[in-house]
Amino acid sequence: MTETYDLAIVGGGIMGCSTALRLAEDGMKTIVLDQGDLGQGASGVNAGTLSLQIKRVQLMPYALKGHSEWEAMGEAVGFKKTGGFTLAFTEHEAELLYERQALKADAGAPISFVSNNALRAAEQNLSHKVLAASYCPEDGYANSSLTGQYYRLRLKENDVQFREKCNVKLITRNSSGFNLTTSCGTVHATRLLLAAGAWLKPIAAHLGVDLPVRARVNTVSVTERMPPLISSIVGHATGLLTMKQKSNGTILIGGGWQGQGVPQDGRGNVTAKTLIPNLSLAQHVLPELSNARVTRSWVGFEANVPDFYPLAGALPGIENAFVLGCVRGGYTIGPYMGRLMGDYILGQEPELPLFDPGREFSEV
Amino acid sequence: MIETCDVAIIGAGPAGANAGIMAASQGCHTIIIDEQAMPGGQIWRAKSEAIKSAPMTPEIIDGDKLRVSIAESNLTHIANARVWQIERELDEWVLHFIINGRSEKIGAKVLILATGAREYVQPTPGWTLPGVIGLAGATALMKRDLLTPGKRTVVSGTGPLVFFVASEIRRLGGEVAAIVTPNSRADWLRALPSMSYRIDLLRRGFVWVADLLLAGIPIFWRHAIKQIDGETKVQSVKVTKLGNDWSPKGPAHLLEADSVCLGHGLQAASEASQLLGIDVKYQLELGGWVPEVQEDGITKINGLFICGDGAGIRGAAAAEIQGKLAGLSAAKSIRPEVNSSNLALLNSYRRASRFGMAMTGLSIPRKGFQKLITQETIVCRCESLLRCDIENEIETGAATTNAVKSGSRAGMGPCGGKYCQSTIAKIIADRENQSEEKIAPPTPRPPLRPVSASALSGEFEYTDLQIPKPAPL
Repeated sequence: MTETYDLAIVGGGIMGCSTALRLAEDGMKTIVLDQGDLGQGASGVNAGTLSLQIKRVQLMPYALKGHSEWEAMGEAVGFKKTGGFTLAFTEHEAELLYERQALKADAGAPISFVSNNALRAAEQNLSHKVLAASYCPEDGYANSSLTGQYYRLRLKENDVQFREKCNVKLITRNSSGFNLTTSCGTVHATRLLLAAGAWLKPIAAHLGVDLPVRARVNTVSVTERMPPLISSIVGHATGLLTMKQKSNGTILIGGGWQGQGVPQDGRGNVTAKTLIPNLSLAQHVLPELSNARVTRSWVGFEANVPDFYPLAGALPGIENAFVLGCVRGGYTIGPYMGRLMGDYILGQEPELPLFDPGREFSEV
Repeated sequence: MIETCDVAIIGAGPAGANAGIMAASQGCHTIIIDEQAMPGGQIWRAKSEAIKSAPMTPEIIDGDKLRVSIAESNLTHIANARVWQIERELDEWVLHFIINGRSEKIGAKVLILATGAREYVQPTPGWTLPGVIGLAGATALMKRDLLTPGKRTVVSGTGPLVFFVASEIRRLGGEVAAIVTPNSRADWLRALPSMSYRIDLLRRGFVWVADLLLAGIPIFWRHAIKQIDGETKVQSVKVTKLGNDWSPKGPAHLLEADSVCLGHGLQAASEASQLLGIDVKYQLELGGWVPEVQEDGITKINGLFICGDGAGIRGAAAAEIQGKLAGLSAAKSIRPEVNSSNLALLNSYRRASRFGMAMTGLSIPRKGFQKLITQETIVCRCESLLRCDIENEIETGAATTNAVKSGSRAGMGPCGGKYCQSTIAKIIADRENQSEEKIAPPTPRPPLRPVSASALSGEFEYTDLQIPKPAPL
């Protein structure tokens, strides 16, 4: 038996689920399909950092909106506004920090530079070798492990259908829309949104569209519970470290060091080559971390296109098909992008412009 | 450049040690890495060097024999080393391990995983009280340090281990308050035909039981511990009779004791296999989820072999022989002239497996057994999560072990889910009305063991860190 919907969303991460919730507000009959569990891809395995200091300048208005979305989700997603420091240890890093944070402050992020004394007063366990530091009071984190649980509950509350462990094997078009052959039956929908993250390329290929999507393989590690060491989130001028101590005492270490593997093979792999410098950098920043044991490391696939700007809009050449993904800082910005995408699908003018997936991509 | 060998083996128990001796005897440069100070694994664990003399037991005799064989072989044995990560680089394996507080690595053309088993302890009300230890943990304590778990111990659990532990406690001068086992005498009688393949082991079992009966130690057949009580440590234990499917049935008796040994069978330690991409399948008769491996240790991945209890619980006797088979297979993959077909070895492996699988069969909890896990029982020890916390998570729609883990943190603590995941899978299966084989274990995560951050990084200069170029502005 074929079920019929106004819209089928392929991918049950933050992008797909938040779009579905926006559409539910206007009564659109939507179904979300995910090959695994909801929110178990990049949405559920990233380090949960919500930092304006590491967002791209052009995406700052979206990131500011994203922060409000997370704040509103609050306790249910483990949201904490802790403020965040970004540190530089060499002249070169200090220059990079001044140059980049000034541009981000101009774009609307409340970032300021702080003295070493102020830094030490706020965080006495950080390295004393810091040369320059910036601070943003809006920064914080949420618990990405709760993404699946959060959206499962919200979709249920809003009567949005979803299927987990539902693999889309084939997408065909007919006069009335799209037929999706899946591992859990056939789904028919008038419209289609592809929000499959790092798996966008093979999904779009079903419709003959070649999206230039690639994946970064970001490593995250967590330690056992430690006594309180830091209360703010901490980053590095290059962006290659994010660190936070959760309320249970564990310390989460990220920064986008690259593991190995490709999305097509399922999960990727942590590699000692990048894990060790990632953890070394973390210990340089927070010396007491050397006493901690690392209990788990993992990687997540973060999708991107050559210009590192989002794909958000109509799928080129396919009427009634849309795509949303490849948002750098997608965890932070995702819930807001989903809202904009929903507006667009409903034929309403989005509050901020989307990012045409049919544009020419130039490598950065 | 790192040191590279032909064959690297993880684990120096009966399987790994024999695999190593075999591979070395075939002319392969072989290195065996093990967490313990001396080879022997859990079963043939050597006594602590601080203890000069101890009465000989069959385990010590077999273990010493093995230790002599290793010493006489060309095998390199790296002791007190903890492998935390295994990677494939081009056509070579790289093993990262912690030794003396530092991370070291070696390369190997082929890799044999002989990671053994771990014990399944079904959560029981009060099982986190000091004084409660696993049956297998108790054997380690007694073999290495000649220490008993307490002054007066209730020994409870499934399969043959309860009788071994009880007789060891008595041998070392401790008191056994009672043996409590879900198995019935009839279960044991039914297993006899399969056990007759190893008369020697069978005879030993009879001696244990005869000794216990002669000493007047009560054996509660088809019973289980319902609750362990005590203020700050174990003071008493309530036991209850079980029905045919091991559901609790009838009133509880009270036993006074200061310690409890508790265990419900062994499970393959298959994290390393899974991390390397070997599929696992559910085979209840082998203890649950086991990696896909042939009898001769060959896997779908070139240059990767698995043997012993880490390939499914068949016991030490079978592990010893499968170790030899895997050692031969590994040697052949390096030196094609090696003749790896050995029918006699294969046949004795099958006989020994039948014995081991009969023991595993006796050890596997039946369906009704998990009714003993009350809503208020701690299931995930690391995160102090109760059964009701897990059930609430399932109630929100989490229907896989990964989803329950993400939502509740069950399995995110230092044990990495080794203690709780089987129980959680059983609870999901029960709630979702599915069979356990439909509830796959969660995605495995490195490191294989928790590792200290400073051991990983070693001494380093900030300026030597190869920090990649920053992301686009």
